[in-house]
Amino acid sequence: MIASSRSPLVWVVHISVILLVALWTLPTAGLLISSLRDKDQLAVSGWWTALSTSSQNLTGRAASPEAQVERDGKFVIAGKLLEGGDSKVSAFGFRPLQPTAFEAGALADIGDGQTLTVKDDGSYEIVSPARMEGTRGQRIFYTAAIPPRFTFDNYREVMRAAGIGSSFINSLTVAIPATVIPILVAAFAAYALAWMKFPGRAILIAVVVGLLVVPLQMSLIPLLKLYNGVGAFFGVSAKTYVGIWLAHMGFGLPLAIYLLRNYMAGLPREIMESARVDGASDFDIFIKIILPLSFPALASFSIFQFLWTWNDLLVAMVFLGTGNDELVLTGRLVNLLGSRGGNWEILTASAFITIIVPLIVFFTLQRYLVRGLLAGSVKGG
Amino acid sequence: MQQLIFAIATMAAGVLGCAAYFFGTNWILDKLFPSKGLTGPVASRNLRITNAIRPWLFLGPALLSLTIYLIYPVIASVWLSLHDRAGENFVGLNNFIWMFNDGEFRQSIYNNFLWLLVVPAAATFFGLIIAALTDRIWWGNIAKTLIFMPMAISFVGASVIWKFIYDYRAEGTAQIGLLNAVVVYFGGTPEAWVTLPFWNNFFLMVILIWIQTGFAMVILSAALRGIPEETIEAAVIDGANGLQIFFKIMIPQMWGTIAVVWTTITILVLKVFDIVLAMTNGQWQSQVLANLMFDWMFRGGGDFGRGAAIAVIIMVLVIPIMIWNIRNAAKEMEGH
Repeated sequence: MIASSRSPLVWVVHISVILLVALWTLPTAGLLISSLRDKDQLAVSGWWTALSTSSQNLTGRAASPEAQVERDGKFVIAGKLLEGGDSKVSAFGFRPLQPTAFEAGALADIGDGQTLTVKDDGSYEIVSPARMEGTRGQRIFYTAAIPPRFTFDNYREVMRAAGIGSSFINSLTVAIPATVIPILVAAFAAYALAWMKFPGRAILIAVVVGLLVVPLQMSLIPLLKLYNGVGAFFGVSAKTYVGIWLAHMGFGLPLAIYLLRNYMAGLPREIMESARVDGASDFDIFIKIILPLSFPALASFSIFQFLWTWNDLLVAMVFLGTGNDELVLTGRLVNLLGSRGGNWEILTASAFITIIVPLIVFFTLQRYLVRGLLAGSVKGG
Repeated sequence: MQQLIFAIATMAAGVLGCAAYFFGTNWILDKLFPSKGLTGPVASRNLRITNAIRPWLFLGPALLSLTIYLIYPVIASVWLSLHDRAGENFVGLNNFIWMFNDGEFRQSIYNNFLWLLVVPAAATFFGLIIAALTDRIWWGNIAKTLIFMPMAISFVGASVIWKFIYDYRAEGTAQIGLLNAVVVYFGGTPEAWVTLPFWNNFFLMVILIWIQTGFAMVILSAALRGIPEETIEAAVIDGANGLQIFFKIMIPQMWGTIAVVWTTITILVLKVFDIVLAMTNGQWQSQVLANLMFDWMFRGGGDFGRGAAIAVIIMVLVIPIMIWNIRNAAKEMEGH
């Protein structure tokens, strides 16, 4: 808008924004690509090489001597090292210390007059002048160029074995009620603070603004004690879904009330006054006029609350158990980081499952999210 | 699946319960003090009474849950911080004295100040730069969406993403972590970044900056658009160049918004817990207050006194911003 569109400065702007966007999206892209790669390839090469052929050092074993056949007076064991695909063997060996001693197709003397050869398509042949003994096959070391392979195996694995599937349900169980229940409570309170006259209103608004920034850490220990007390009194577990729903509601209310109050206070006064002249009570005005008009603010808050409850780790760790039917996705992911820290195929797929729901919400409802952020922050300045 | 049905049923029950409360109390109020169809002093007296009671009916559930979940715990935490590990015997300031003599606590405070110095500044800086740059190009909104996206990702998810970037393989083998791959490409030696004391703090901060820049960008970009055109036009006529306009005309008009962004991120930094727990769990001298507090809450069966004392410290650090927010809100209310 300032620099003319033909100036070279514009190109500088374009290039810097491209760089910044790359910096901000590459980490997530790397995670997604890695989660779709074959786990053997993922462990040995970076995700940016996902499309190129990777070279791997592998070990295989020839078929056992029982499989030998007699051919032209010699005994032969034949087979194939690589299963399917377009993989190519470049070198092979039969000693662990010299795994690439021979080029593909060369003839290796493995002692007792026996020879071993591995062709570049992975087929091998052991030829011996005398009948071979033993039950174990010859070990073969080889280097193969494996073409890129993409698969959903990692996802199948984590959904089944790593418990991500049940945690996904648990996260939904936490997030949905914790998002919906506070809305009505907050909306009524926000209306009272925006449009009803009563003593102490200004103080209450100040309290809500103050509570906005109270660190969650202040609440944890007293509430844990309280929950333990209530649980013991009624003889039930202190860690229940009801407990975490109420906790999320309590922690989310200041923002909800603040956002909704700001929005409602901005609605035109005339609407309410004409309704009041027609004999409508505050209750009618709220239900029939304010609530429908406040839809954008309600949507903003719902998105915030959903993202917050879905992504939360701290509240779930304190107020919810760690059993299979209670551990939420974020908690499961932290556990996997500890127990399967090196298994990137597990971690990347699990992480992607935990972030996919918020990402969908983000991309479909971004408009309301932005509006909510602006209402919640800019007003303060 | 069963529990999901249970959750949806509870949700329906919760919503219906709320609705029943609001409709029910309102109906009772109207029945007890009817004003419709009546005239004279009785009607106006009843109207006055209902108008005095109704706000509190509207506020009731919200006030109740704010009291239980936020106000009472703040008071109780202060009380607990003056008591022993089980919260039974009064120990005065012993927990605080222990704290300031504890090496791990001092390490946490030190790290937290590093975080406070770097993260809000970096996130606001990048947010401002990106907001200003994307404002001028036709695909600015797409760029903004992509940079805003990490906001939706949980801290734990983001930690996994970045742990993958910081992944370390022994020298000589192929690096699968992006950072080490870049370092090796330029001839450096790979490092296990998150285990390097002091510097690992910065590698963890990058994660929060990555998440929060989008937030700063959205707010600041709205503020940029809100700057009156006339001031910029006047500067252009006076012969100011792009940079001068940005620093001398735009920034001064955005100080209020920059302060809001800065303080919001500051509060978030004080509460940061998930990232440290997932990346290092406080090892290699990367401990921060929120994680230390969580640690003491459960360490050895839980030391509520020390845990609460650390929470109080976090609260004390937040209070200046809280007062500033309240004063701003009050100022704005007067304007209405």
